[in-house]
Amino acid sequence: MKRRKMLLGLMSALLVFAMVGCSSSKSEDTGSTNTGTTGTAATGKDLKGDITVITQKTDIVDTVFKDYAQKFKQEYPNINVKFQALSDYEGQIKVRMNSSDYGDVLLLPTSIPLADTPQFFEPLGNYDDMKKQYNGLEERTVDGKVYGIPTTINFNGLVYNKKVFADAGVTEVPKTPDQFLAALQKIKDKGAAVPLYTNYAAGWPLTQWEADLTTVAGNVDYVNITQANTDDNFVKGSPHYELYKLMYDVAQKGLIEKDPTTTDWETSKADLANGKIGTMVLGSWAIGQIQGLSKTPEDIGFMPFPTNAEKVIMPLADDYTIGISSKSSNKEAARAWIDWFINKSTYPTTEGGGMSPAVGAELPATLKQFEGTDVEFKFQTPAKAGQEGLVDKIDKDSEIGLWQPDFKKRIIEAAIGNKKESYDDIMKDLNDKWKASRASVASE
Amino acid sequence: MVFKNMSYKNQRKLIIIAFSLIPVVLLFTFAYLPVINMFKYSFTNWNGYSDHYKWVGFKNYKTIFTDPKYFTVFKVSLYYFVATFVQMGLALYFATILSFKVRAKNFFKGVLFFPSLLNGVAIGFIFLFFFKPDGTLDTILNFLGLSSLSQGWLLNPNIINVSLAGASIWRYMGFNFIIFLGAISSVGKDVYEASDIDGANKWHQFRHIIIPSIKRIVQLNLILGISGAISAFDIPYIMTGGSNGSNTFVIQTVDVAFKFSKLGLASAMAVVLLFIVVIVTILQNLLSKKED
Repeated sequence: MKRRKMLLGLMSALLVFAMVGCSSSKSEDTGSTNTGTTGTAATGKDLKGDITVITQKTDIVDTVFKDYAQKFKQEYPNINVKFQALSDYEGQIKVRMNSSDYGDVLLLPTSIPLADTPQFFEPLGNYDDMKKQYNGLEERTVDGKVYGIPTTINFNGLVYNKKVFADAGVTEVPKTPDQFLAALQKIKDKGAAVPLYTNYAAGWPLTQWEADLTTVAGNVDYVNITQANTDDNFVKGSPHYELYKLMYDVAQKGLIEKDPTTTDWETSKADLANGKIGTMVLGSWAIGQIQGLSKTPEDIGFMPFPTNAEKVIMPLADDYTIGISSKSSNKEAARAWIDWFINKSTYPTTEGGGMSPAVGAELPATLKQFEGTDVEFKFQTPAKAGQEGLVDKIDKDSEIGLWQPDFKKRIIEAAIGNKKESYDDIMKDLNDKWKASRASVASE
Repeated sequence: MVFKNMSYKNQRKLIIIAFSLIPVVLLFTFAYLPVINMFKYSFTNWNGYSDHYKWVGFKNYKTIFTDPKYFTVFKVSLYYFVATFVQMGLALYFATILSFKVRAKNFFKGVLFFPSLLNGVAIGFIFLFFFKPDGTLDTILNFLGLSSLSQGWLLNPNIINVSLAGASIWRYMGFNFIIFLGAISSVGKDVYEASDIDGANKWHQFRHIIIPSIKRIVQLNLILGISGAISAFDIPYIMTGGSNGSNTFVIQTVDVAFKFSKLGLASAMAVVLLFIVVIVTILQNLLSKKED
């Protein structure tokens, strides 16, 4: 009896210790808010320090990034750069950000809400000054201060195999959803390739469709402004309805892979490269990877998402943005790396596979074909003041998951007859959720 | 010096405390503390990384119990529940057979236990290839001339959970098997010999000697199996990510926490799951006590 009491006492003492330890570590973090902007006035030789750069590029961290470090060292001989690559970047970095050890330079996780950015990152400069130098800063600008510069700028649409389309007798690039469906049908009839590969099993490739919302809407205001202020985000005739109707139609007409539940992303890239797949909905970042797997890279083309809108807008969007940890002790050195990485490394155009964020940079080769056509390249208009991150908030609260594969999977399941609900049922359900959450977010 | 002067009783106490300190600290920091925090978070709207969060009282629990979508997924657990019995039946069958004199006994033991040694992710991928159209299963069926039976094993929403539960039986059967085997081998040889003399056949031995002597172990395996069925996770998560009607409660919890950044709500779901498992275990204990 006595012994048991002692043990109990010991355990409760431990418990108290543990609780105290836990709560004190939490409150410390709030102290360090913005301590002004870090300048880049100092020249290369003056800057020194060790910095850790965290990246998601596990495949090239020991090869290409090593070269970057060497070239960087020639300009900044006193800065030592170390790399850490995380395979599940988004998941792992979020956990590390609860501590103060998350490197000096890192990519801003997309799932961190805009309002929480200053808590973790160092401001890089004023938006008004920096926008003369870089595009795509809006995504991580809070109260006029920039926290992240895009590592590269992606454009979204469809990667397709020109030869597959030509062999099936499709001579012109389809522009409207109807033309697109007709073209896929021809490929199916030819029988040599899967017309459109959904990558249902991997899940995340389905989220690439959402990036084409601007093209379907035909309006750069839609995503951040119109959408945030409408209760009818998924009703018939709205861009979301039209966008995913195409997904539904393609699946329902059997223009996709035979068994979507057992697809494999790595194989799909090779199959598209070798003409076993007609097209996939992807971003520009994928073009290089797929061309690299093909013996005839010139066959791999890129087209805007089919739309009924008057103007064809190919939306430009930031890839991961890069920023400096607010807990870094070598902020100036970190800043030097970022400036060098964006402007002087080959990353934005080659490894990243998109456009350089620097203002006035040249268009990449895949986009040159659209120069002089009616295809426009545009950024989405940022949200109105006071509505930053609102769409994301409504999305999370409603558990719709605009950038998650869940409801896209539901659409495909319904289209191939695995679920009893119709396309309109799904859209109605999503719209109800959207409406309810928009109201509840507004009342908070 | 001080230790020497203590009475034997006190020395004993000190040693016990000294030895249990490290395990208790570890248990606390890695088991109880997270659970306590989980209870705490379940009353907040924390998103998983922010410095600040609000206390929302029982709002998360209200959401779980009022929105049908959080509970309908338990239907899927029924498949795994049924599979638990199949799994235990098979495990008991093999354990009994291999406890008698069989040729290449150790080889078969190894074969049956092998899946338990494999990593869950590897098993997920093995079965993904197994169930693929024209994959291993279809090839075997073709070879046997049963190609008419081949299906979209993961494509057909009526079959997907059976396929996944099948994979899960394969994965966990070995573990049950080894426990049964251990229990059966603890039954004394003389009992069998006595029954042999009395003219009992193998079935009689199984029914009247083996079953009664390993009853406790059967119950233990059943509890493990049922709580495993309620919290089925790894096989469906790796193979389908919970799509096409294979979503389970735990997958849903993970999604809520990490896809939608509602750590508070997800904690509440985990607490609910914890209570369900505890209640089921208590119920089962009560029922089996009554039998005794």
